[in-house]
Amino acid sequence: MNLTLKIWRQKNADASGKMQTYNVTDISPEMSFLEMLDVLNEDLLKKGEDPIAFDHDCREGICGMCSLFINGKPHGPSQTTTCQLHMRSFKDGDTVYIEPWRAKAFPVVKDLTVDRSSFDRIIQAGGYISVNTGNAPDANEMPIPKDVVDEAMSSATCIGCGACVAACKNASAMLFVSAKVSQLAMLPQGKPEKQKRVEAMVAQMDEEGFGACTNTGACSAECPKDISLTNIARMNREYFGAKASSENV
Amino acid sequence: MSWFTESLSSSLGRKLIMSLTGIFLITFLVVHVAGNLQLLKLDGGESFNIYTKFMTTNPIIKTVSYLLYAGILAHVIYSIILTRVNRSARPVKYAYEKASTNSTWASRNMGLLGAVVLFFLVVHMRSFWFEMKFGDGVPMVEYDGEDYKNLYALVVTAFSQWWYVLIYLVSLAFLGFHLSHGFASAFQTLGLNHKKYTPFIEKLGLAFAIIVPILFATQPIAIFFWTQTGALDPSVYEEMIKTAQLAGQ
Amino acid sequence: MKLDSQVPEGPLAEKWDKHKFNMKLVNPANKRKYEVIVVGTGLAGAAAAASMAELGYNVKAFCFQDSPRRAHSIAAQGGINAAKNYQNDGDSIFRLFYDTVKGGDYRSREANVYRLAEVSVNIIDQAVAQGVPFARDYGGLLANRSFGGAQVSRTFYARGQTGQQLLLGAYSALSRQIAAGKVKMFPRTELLDIVKIDGKAQGIITRNLITGKIESHSAHAVMLCTGGYGNVFYLSTNAMGSNGSAAWRAHRKGALFANPCFTQIHPTCIPVHGEYQSKLTLMSESLRNDGRVWVPKTLEDAEALRKGEKKPSDIAEEDRDYYLERKYPSFGNLVPRDVASRNAKYVCDEGRGVGTGLAVFLDFRDAIERDGEDVISAKYGNLFDMYQQITDTNPYKEPMMIYPAVHYTMGGLWVDYNLMTTVPGLFALGEANFSDHGANRLGASALMQGLADGYFVAPYTIGNYLTNVPYEKPSTDHEEFKKAEAEVNERINKLLNINGNKTVDEFHRELGKIMWDYCGMSRTADGLKQAKKLVQELREEFWTNLKTIGTNDELNLTLEKAIRVADFMELGELMIDDAFNREESCGGHFREEYQTPEGEALRNDEDFSYVSAWEYTGENQPWNLHKEDLIFENVKLTQRSYK
Repeated sequence: MNLTLKIWRQKNADASGKMQTYNVTDISPEMSFLEMLDVLNEDLLKKGEDPIAFDHDCREGICGMCSLFINGKPHGPSQTTTCQLHMRSFKDGDTVYIEPWRAKAFPVVKDLTVDRSSFDRIIQAGGYISVNTGNAPDANEMPIPKDVVDEAMSSATCIGCGACVAACKNASAMLFVSAKVSQLAMLPQGKPEKQKRVEAMVAQMDEEGFGACTNTGACSAECPKDISLTNIARMNREYFGAKASSENV
Repeated sequence: MSWFTESLSSSLGRKLIMSLTGIFLITFLVVHVAGNLQLLKLDGGESFNIYTKFMTTNPIIKTVSYLLYAGILAHVIYSIILTRVNRSARPVKYAYEKASTNSTWASRNMGLLGAVVLFFLVVHMRSFWFEMKFGDGVPMVEYDGEDYKNLYALVVTAFSQWWYVLIYLVSLAFLGFHLSHGFASAFQTLGLNHKKYTPFIEKLGLAFAIIVPILFATQPIAIFFWTQTGALDPSVYEEMIKTAQLAGQ
Repeated sequence: MKLDSQVPEGPLAEKWDKHKFNMKLVNPANKRKYEVIVVGTGLAGAAAAASMAELGYNVKAFCFQDSPRRAHSIAAQGGINAAKNYQNDGDSIFRLFYDTVKGGDYRSREANVYRLAEVSVNIIDQAVAQGVPFARDYGGLLANRSFGGAQVSRTFYARGQTGQQLLLGAYSALSRQIAAGKVKMFPRTELLDIVKIDGKAQGIITRNLITGKIESHSAHAVMLCTGGYGNVFYLSTNAMGSNGSAAWRAHRKGALFANPCFTQIHPTCIPVHGEYQSKLTLMSESLRNDGRVWVPKTLEDAEALRKGEKKPSDIAEEDRDYYLERKYPSFGNLVPRDVASRNAKYVCDEGRGVGTGLAVFLDFRDAIERDGEDVISAKYGNLFDMYQQITDTNPYKEPMMIYPAVHYTMGGLWVDYNLMTTVPGLFALGEANFSDHGANRLGASALMQGLADGYFVAPYTIGNYLTNVPYEKPSTDHEEFKKAEAEVNERINKLLNINGNKTVDEFHRELGKIMWDYCGMSRTADGLKQAKKLVQELREEFWTNLKTIGTNDELNLTLEKAIRVADFMELGELMIDDAFNREESCGGHFREEYQTPEGEALRNDEDFSYVSAWEYTGENQPWNLHKEDLIFENVKLTQRSYK
């Protein structure tokens, strides 16, 4: 099939960018979306043009490196990662808009590549349990109810891709932050520092310039790993509780 | 900043204020609509005017009403602050966005809906509250030897005009949409999300968003209908107002 | 060069404890005077960086991805082995050790493997303490499953995302140290060379992938945790960015490369569907528990299936060849990875492949009939969904199609018991080293090894090394840094100025095809000779006909790839040499000349019970082979049989 692509091109972080039109031909429906871009890039390279920069790595939907806002939705029309999106989701003759994630906290590095280090800094602010290597007691010493650990696992499946931020009209990172806050707050191992954690992570989130949540639910609806809005409610609970009762003045 | 003001100026703190003031305004709506049902009695306004006097003179109700003004003000101010923050979180907009597939229209347009409701509130307050408090054209009426302000006259006069009724109906529809997201959203922000209760809260919110505006709408519709059928004669009340205005001058 | 494995004396079970006691310690106050470079932030790298920082060392960590959380360890699905014996089914450290040595077809070092089994139990404790949500039973205690044909249930898992959860655990520990200022993290930064001063690894040269800036970093020791080199085959289950450059640069600086030909081909991957294919996706091995592998008996049926004239359901039961069940009645579809892979190749070579011709069926029809769709869905639902997502066929209705794909490389930098390469001060951890898996890795062992090296081995052994290193580290103005920087710049300039016609991907694809055809699932002396010639020619063409674009001073994806593929061009040749030299079949290395009458791998313990460690002698020069003899004192060497 043949497609018209409208792609955001931007030389580097300081340059201004614009949407540019490309045509691709003979695209097989079996191809993944990124393979379609590979084909375009090979083409551009052969023509002596700069290939389009986009992030990707594992191409099996787990590393969270691929992004792309495709036809008005993060990761495109189906609720999966871009690397798992296949061209059969498009029709011959379609026009496809491809844009980078848009958020103040995710500045564009080049073309479709954005800088998501703000997510790392949020985790650094407290998204961990303070346990040095070798400190751990036997793994079975503390039983954890199956439903609790299953719920924690559901929160922990977040791949940190940033689709939640990209989808949210406020570019809010609350789904990402709350998934980590939830996972660690639910598990007994994470309880000792849960107040400090949620306070620090929310403060960092605000400092990075993400918007606030207006509970539209777009984040969860677009999340390739189906992280639930329950996490945000849980984070709010943890945060208000911590603010009201923690010793951190 | 103290820990308290700092907490309230975080993204979650601001959301907390929106949520709490929102819930407070929701409870006010219940009281308000219940009281206004007096308007549906065709008793020449007696029960409505007695009710009005009670609401404007009872010291407890007066205190609550100041809280209410503060609540509205906070709800508005914080919504402006949050909207600004949220807008700035995405300085570059998408060229093409298809948010309708991941969230409801109301949830994405709370600011717009709220602004219309606020505009309505100004019109509404100007017509009745301002006239009651500071206007010189409110006729007096006597029941059982006691003097009452005849707000009913103002109401009938206002609702006898089709365009005024129309403003009300449109605004109430906006209020309904605002509530359709706001009701459940307030609970989510508070962290009150639970497998067992959330579905109920969501249904209740939807029901509230439909029923309360309809109840409010019954009054202008009924009065307009009665003035058309002759059950109420607006000219009587217009006359009263004119007399009062002349007396006031 | 005499290879000294530094394996401590004494009984197997006491070696590590004794060694830990004998190693010298760095005084806590002095630890902060040392700086260590960690390259790669997968399980091994993140674990090592975090653990070293916790001990008080200063760490600089590097990764080419945009965040340390994205390293390809994240993609491991199945689980992690540990000799906890929580299931009371007779597991023990010795049994895990034994299974690993046997599974590796007796080409690994006993002492290392035993230590791996020993610390495996600590890994689980550590991960749980970090908040890794391993699956649990209703009683709240940890659940296990059996994996990869093991006879005990010792595999811990977190749904199908065990690698992700363990990596995020290590990443969280790393993040904590970054926040504490003990680790300085350099994402989107690629290693381009190792710097040696006075014979010791004292730093690295890196390229900032955003700005192209070439930078020098000096340190007291360097740890390479950079994973395997499976992408030499172009198509593999590795991530697109996975590369062998760090290990290869170390090799060129004097680190011996061990057993490069030992690569693992995983039998259950989604087949290649076209020329543009960029990577292969693994479907968990667990599918073989219920799926039956088959191809049609006749060439005619196979052709009709390929052309779409017949559907799988049109092939009658008696016309199907369940070849694994036929050849290996006792193990059936559950034979080890290498056997399953090789047999898929055989039937496809005969012309009985389906799909594109390079695929076999994995059929759940009987399992669904027997257990019902619900049961199968509960077990494999997410895998079936994934398969449907990629192929657009419904595996509940039609059999899956699978084909083997390159998955893991057992070979890597030669390291001694302390995980130090032959370059003093240069350590290699995880898949980047060769040490623990011999000629074949067992399922759920890669995660175990990466974390064992990172959390529990390297932090001790590096301390021991550092006790003999002066506090002062060399300045990056040292002439060796300047020289290395100049070399790197020259290499980049060369790549940017070839002005040829062929793209990096085209070269990479060609290299991959040569490697897959001649140095893949089965190898012959003639084929390897041919391959060596082809790779040499291709390499020459690469340096004269490569097309690149842009400059060094920007995010330049073409240049990044070119730098990596240039190294693969050399590494590929060494793999071929090693495969040629090893005149036996063992584990993932199958030489057609050396097989039993039944067509099974035939080991030659007499002549090849050694680690082949190759020394780089210069551009286009033959490598020198060094042998580390493998001595087995605790296990008896037997021939594997799955009949």
